[in-house]
Amino acid sequence: MRTWIEKQKYLIDFTLSSLARRKVKNLGLLFLYTVIVFLLASVMLFTQALRREAAASLAGAPDVIVQRMVAGRHDLISPDYIGKLGNLRGVRKTESRLWGYYYDPIERANYTVMVPGSAGQEGVSTGRVAVGQEIARRLGLTLNGKILLTAYSGESRSFDIARFLPLESELLTADLLLMSEEDFRSFFGYPAGQYTDIALTVVNPQEVHNIAGKIANRLPDSRVILREEILRTYDSIFNWREGVVLALLSGAVIAFAIFALEKASGLSADEKREIGILKAIGWETGDVIRMKFWEGALISLTAFFLGYTAAYLHVFRFAAALFEPVLKGWSTLYPQFELVPTLDGFELATLFFFTVFPYALATIVPIWRAAVTDPDSVMRGSL
Amino acid sequence: MIAVRLGSRLARRSHRALAFLTAIVGLFLLTFADAAWLRNCRAPGARAQAELAKRLGLTDLCLFTEARYTRHLSQADWHSAFQEYPGAFEHFPSGSLVSPTEPAKRHANLD
Repeated sequence: MRTWIEKQKYLIDFTLSSLARRKVKNLGLLFLYTVIVFLLASVMLFTQALRREAAASLAGAPDVIVQRMVAGRHDLISPDYIGKLGNLRGVRKTESRLWGYYYDPIERANYTVMVPGSAGQEGVSTGRVAVGQEIARRLGLTLNGKILLTAYSGESRSFDIARFLPLESELLTADLLLMSEEDFRSFFGYPAGQYTDIALTVVNPQEVHNIAGKIANRLPDSRVILREEILRTYDSIFNWREGVVLALLSGAVIAFAIFALEKASGLSADEKREIGILKAIGWETGDVIRMKFWEGALISLTAFFLGYTAAYLHVFRFAAALFEPVLKGWSTLYPQFELVPTLDGFELATLFFFTVFPYALATIVPIWRAAVTDPDSVMRGSL
Repeated sequence: MIAVRLGSRLARRSHRALAFLTAIVGLFLLTFADAAWLRNCRAPGARAQAELAKRLGLTDLCLFTEARYTRHLSQADWHSAFQEYPGAFEHFPSGSLVSPTEPAKRHANLD
């Protein structure tokens, strides 16, 4: 065993000397490889954490949301709809909701304006609003200060700031403005008695589909959104196969494929000569392959561990700062959030398999082809 | 004495490489410990966020605020011009990052 270990150490010594002879090329390769692993791992960790965060945070979303559609567009719900839904068997609670959007032309930002179910609990009352952290930062608002908005009638309205929504909820509330029902209706000129949509709480979660069917029968012009659909929407956005991940990953994956293919397609003249000399001085084919195995293993493991660790720090310690411009798009408001780390062993193993193995194989295959050939023809370059 | 022995051991390339590899594997393993620690630290915040979301009946993450249909992905309209659904002929950048929502996928093709 000791002899075997010593032999491997000599092989590693030789491999490192060989790599050091082409220092710039190999360091460049290691850097590129690490960057690719870093990108893939960052996307994996970020989307995994966001998926969990969405599932955990939206687990309390309404069981069923009913919206009225007029000519294919979302319209206001009239009071008689609320009456029709109220007596549905299996529905524990019916809550009419008021929410909408306000475009701030000065900041060029969209705010989500909402009337909380229990205004008092949120510290909201007539003339007093609660504001999301990102709006506060953007407008430089202070607690008990004022926020000036232009109502839909054209007149300027100022509201006292009762409180800021918690920092830790920024991923959901960064652009949120909570106001009282009275303020909401007068600000947007919202018709009395009408609502944006209706949220239903269902007694038995297994009955949700039946209830959705009954609603569709009773109110054919309505659109029913189930909580499970909301959760599935976020699951699919941050899934490996779809949405953000696919867009971000495709470039990195193609780069990696080209890189591995280039490596697998052949050896440089220097490398061929080196193998020829080694074989001529008595190295066995197995030794040459083992040496190259160590080369592949050392480079790919170093790139994997460095890339992954850097990705972890990027996502969970530096709030995935590199993804911000990608996700932000043309938005003015972007939440500052800290994700709860979730490390999935299966996804980590998948990442390891798809980044380390292809490279290690791409290193060994052409070497095997060269190493089983006659040293003389390898040195003459006739391979 | 120990430093001298360590120095002489690290004079060999393979020892230096294996020591470096051990160090980065150590860093890799530390990320798991750090994740567990961060989970503990951030758990109360996550709980508070979930509670607030439940109280207000929030339905979407505030990741893409550039357009109504990207702000509230799960509530997006299906038919309106420039507000079709993510993945449709696109106007806003984030729409190309986000796949169609579940209800929209179930819906008949619009084109």
